[in-house]
Amino acid sequence: MKALVIIRLKDGILDPQGEAVRQAVRALDKAKVSNVRIGKIIEIEIDGADKTTAETSVRAMCDKLLANPVTEEYQIVDIS
Amino acid sequence: MKLAVIRFPGSNCDHDLLHALKFRLGYDVEYVWWGKKTLDGYDMAFLSGGFSFGDYLRAGAIATLTPVVAAVSEFAAKGKPVLGICNGFQILTEARLLPGALLHNSSMKFICDDVNVKVETANSPFTAKLPKGEVLSMPIAHMEGRYVANDDTIKKLEEEDRILLRYCNGDGVVDDGANPNGSINGIAGILSEKRNVAGLMPHPERACEKLLGGEDGIKFFQSIVSQLQA
Repeated sequence: MKALVIIRLKDGILDPQGEAVRQAVRALDKAKVSNVRIGKIIEIEIDGADKTTAETSVRAMCDKLLANPVTEEYQIVDIS
Repeated sequence: MKLAVIRFPGSNCDHDLLHALKFRLGYDVEYVWWGKKTLDGYDMAFLSGGFSFGDYLRAGAIATLTPVVAAVSEFAAKGKPVLGICNGFQILTEARLLPGALLHNSSMKFICDDVNVKVETANSPFTAKLPKGEVLSMPIAHMEGRYVANDDTIKKLEEEDRILLRYCNGDGVVDDGANPNGSINGIAGILSEKRNVAGLMPHPERACEKLLGGEDGIKFFQSIVSQLQA
């Protein structure tokens, strides 16, 4: 099984990295880029588990370590 | 009375901290390895600065899964004092022993500088011997030092007098100009609900030698340890 998890900063939390990139892409392109926010993608491969078990353990990993609930939210976008 | 300086792979202020506590202040201090399962026999635990486990994922996150952090949680639950400095502060927030989180500085730059911080409360085992309002000069050296928490948490911290230190100018004025990293309300250090766990971003252990720029860190450590001895 392979799981794909996206981790984002919660809305309202300042993302200085995203802001620096926003300024850079504005310089690159005349499009009016009003906001850029940067997150993480984590790929997790799990051996010998069915989809439900894999999802339960990925969720536990996210809750315990991969995302910080104070500042981030996560989404398991795919498990297959 | 015995103090523990906890070290992880990637800690790099452990030597400075032990030097300050042992040779500048004369206390009985030992290093404690991250694999240790208990802090029995120690009276206070320090989590030093550095980049524990490379600070991969988020600063301090991976260290929270070590046996010694479980031991620190038990130690703190018994009411024993725990102080996290810089990466130690990040570890304590990641371990939920302190509320909030420390994110990238608003400037996106690693900041290595001397700052002034104001003692905001004397009601803690860490600052009881320091008058409220005392301005201390200490270095900071961090990439992720911007203290954030939700509005309710900040309100609670302020109402319960749990802000330990705030960045200020030389006259003790807290304003945006004195805030190096974009921390909410200029927060440089906080206390836990029971007031026995504290974290701060500045490095008092790097301000314990005149030759290295200042001795205000000694005042800070003396305040802590004299409370323990009392």
